[in-house]
Amino acid sequence: MSETEPLASVEPAADPSRRRLLLATTGVVGAIGVGAAAWPFLASLRPSQRARVIGAPVEVYIGNLEPGQLARVQWRGATIGIMRRTEQMLEDLDGLAGRLRDPESNNRDQQPEYARNLHRSIRPEILVLNVHCTHLGCVPQVVPEVGAQPFDANWRGGFFCPCHRSTFDLAGRVFSGVPASSNLLVPPHTFVDDDHVIIGVDPEGAA
Amino acid sequence: MAKTANPISRSVDALDQWVNERAGVKAFYKQHLSEYWAPKNFNLWYFFGSLSLLVLVNQLLTGIFLTMHYKPDAEHAFASIEYIMRDVEWGWLIRYMHSTGASLFFAVVYLHMFRALLYGSYKKPRELVWILGVAIFLILMAESFMGYVLPWGQMSYWGAQVIISLFGAVPFIGEALVEWIRGDFFVADATLNRFFALHVVALPMVLLLLVVLHLAALHEVGSNNPDGVDIKAKKDAKGRPLDAVPFHPYYTVKDVFGAGVFLLIAAFIIFFWPEGGGYFLKPDNFVMADPLVTPDHIPPVWYFTPFYAILQAVPDKLLGVVLMGVAVLILFFVPWLDRSPVRSLRYRSWVSKLALAVFVIAFVRLGMLGLAQDSSTFELRLWTFLYFAFFILMPVWTSFEKTKPVPERVTT
Amino acid sequence: MSQLIRFAALAILLAASGPSLAAKGGNLDSAGTNVFDRASLQRGAALFANYCMGCHSAQYQRYQRLVEDLDLSDELVEQFLIKGDREITDYMLSSMPYEESADWFGKAPPDLTLTARSRGPDWIYTFLRSYYLTDDGWNNRVLENPAMPHVLWDLQGIQRALSETVTDEEGNSRTVITSLELDQAGRLSPAEYDRAVRDITAFMEYLGEPAILVRQRVGIWVLLFLTVFTFLAYLLYVEFWKDVKK
Repeated sequence: MSETEPLASVEPAADPSRRRLLLATTGVVGAIGVGAAAWPFLASLRPSQRARVIGAPVEVYIGNLEPGQLARVQWRGATIGIMRRTEQMLEDLDGLAGRLRDPESNNRDQQPEYARNLHRSIRPEILVLNVHCTHLGCVPQVVPEVGAQPFDANWRGGFFCPCHRSTFDLAGRVFSGVPASSNLLVPPHTFVDDDHVIIGVDPEGAA
Repeated sequence: MAKTANPISRSVDALDQWVNERAGVKAFYKQHLSEYWAPKNFNLWYFFGSLSLLVLVNQLLTGIFLTMHYKPDAEHAFASIEYIMRDVEWGWLIRYMHSTGASLFFAVVYLHMFRALLYGSYKKPRELVWILGVAIFLILMAESFMGYVLPWGQMSYWGAQVIISLFGAVPFIGEALVEWIRGDFFVADATLNRFFALHVVALPMVLLLLVVLHLAALHEVGSNNPDGVDIKAKKDAKGRPLDAVPFHPYYTVKDVFGAGVFLLIAAFIIFFWPEGGGYFLKPDNFVMADPLVTPDHIPPVWYFTPFYAILQAVPDKLLGVVLMGVAVLILFFVPWLDRSPVRSLRYRSWVSKLALAVFVIAFVRLGMLGLAQDSSTFELRLWTFLYFAFFILMPVWTSFEKTKPVPERVTT
Repeated sequence: MSQLIRFAALAILLAASGPSLAAKGGNLDSAGTNVFDRASLQRGAALFANYCMGCHSAQYQRYQRLVEDLDLSDELVEQFLIKGDREITDYMLSSMPYEESADWFGKAPPDLTLTARSRGPDWIYTFLRSYYLTDDGWNNRVLENPAMPHVLWDLQGIQRALSETVTDEEGNSRTVITSLELDQAGRLSPAEYDRAVRDITAFMEYLGEPAILVRQRVGIWVLLFLTVFTFLAYLLYVEFWKDVKK
């Protein structure tokens, strides 16, 4: 209200306490109402039922996947790599811990609990990975050969992101000293039988 | 300003000062709210201005969100509405808020306009406020017509077909004009696309601009009141009207209460009666547009029917269209048609009261006739005649009727 | 306050005096459906899937939605409601190819997702109960010479029309149907058949607007909240306006 004296037609109440209480109550209730009204609008922006249907789990046949080969499929717009790793590749994972940022997969956001192990997978040899780089979303190249590379003289096989030179091992674990700071994401997946994997669903009993 | 120890309130004060030195927010707030002197005797009829503003905000907000999911494409538009109704979370609510809002917009605007007729709010010095208001009404009609086409149902399609064809009545260029408006040789995808652009971008901008001007013009001259008394004639030592209260907080709290009542009605319709008995959402519009099948009956939405009835009353295409146009445009001239020395109906004679009553009945009755399929031509013409008689005879009875003396101060 | 009353009276007068747009097509029986009756919707869904979806689609509705809204399991929907080679996430499309169906019936069977909204439940309810057999085949009292045969005849039985000849004022006589009579009983009694049709109608009402199930539930809370808010706003208004001198 203005600091000047009131208008002729107005005579403010002597005791403003009831007024203040009502003002506060109406204000709080009104604010709750506005908040509640905002909810449907914000919720309408989430993926719609159609997006969810399109983003439904995909089943992939892996019976013809050769050892050392990486197959790529699309799920929810992301490239999912499925790789059958050789015995040698799995053995090589062991000695890398000292050069990795998160060798124990301590960042729980990057894989489901059932893939929180050395090889970051349900079956040791089958790697299911969202291969988008955790730095800025590029898709890294898979460089499975062991040997000196332009980006790493002591390369033991893994993924190399050409965008900003981030590197990951063959379990998707990020190396120290590269722009990416977390391991590649393991999406929820489950095996129907020996030759089929479903991307997007957790195994029964695992949340 | 008193210095406070609290660092938060001190920085708020500093920010406040910083902004005000640059943007004059406080001056704006004073001019339009805390020191906008409004007559203290507003009654029920004075709620509909602020309610129009509330509905406008609702339409803009829900419209933006609908635009995010809607597809302006003749092949996909209809399905995209069902997509909103089914697949988008809360999409049905946002859509019903928008469709109900459209009807309620006209309801409050019509009542708002009636208030102006009741208390002579268009008379000097408020002619410009009225003219801007009629312009808003015109744009609103275009806006709602084009919005109604977007769901691409049978009523959307055939409504567009009929309304656009009206322009065919223009001599010489009629056919070319109709083609130009449609952008095709029939109502088609091109028509839908341009209507979408106009409905979503162009007309809302014009509407907002006009609303700002309407309010600016009003606040320049000050609000009228049910007595039609000029409150600025009696002022206190500081030059403030004796019969006024500051708009804020007195009318803001009153309008919040009015908004509550209005929202109760709106919520009831949205959640329990969204089709409005077929008036707000027409049954035929749940059938996708089909250029090969004409519905038996193509009535316009209820808020257009009075004007549509006038069109039907005339046995000539061009004349009918002209008369329908004049029925709206004549509103612009009301400030000069009314020759009465007093503003409010309260201080006019029974002639004015009878005239306004007949006008309202004619308008409502025309609205009902415009909805029906087989209205009698005699009745259509009778009420059309009375509708126009109200305006044409206004200078006559307002010049001769005996008015009562207007009090110096407002009554309660 | 007197103004408020006058205004309310005007509003009611306006609302009550307009012609109803929903009512069309003459005398229809009241469907008496209840879309909140899950059991009715479930029965209706089964009937709809078995009797209607051979030819008609509900192209805007996904089977999946039935799982949530009708309290069904994925398995039940897959087993009893999905015909042909379709996924539960698919739209409810009929198994009949569009072009072929147009050849068979003269015109393609219309999509039924929104029929309850465009025609109204009473129309569907009456239509499905108004088939009768003539020497030329099926006819219907609600929709003359329908392209669709009476697919529910094994449930209802066969009705025949009772007619009488009337003479109008100009002396022309014509035959009008006065009522329908059950000539041959179907698998259901008339009361059971009415219930079955009511279930189909209720399901189609739901199909037209799945949100109806949640809409009114939310609405109650919104109205309650707004009542509280408006009451508080009223107190606030009265409190402030005590300042204003008469």
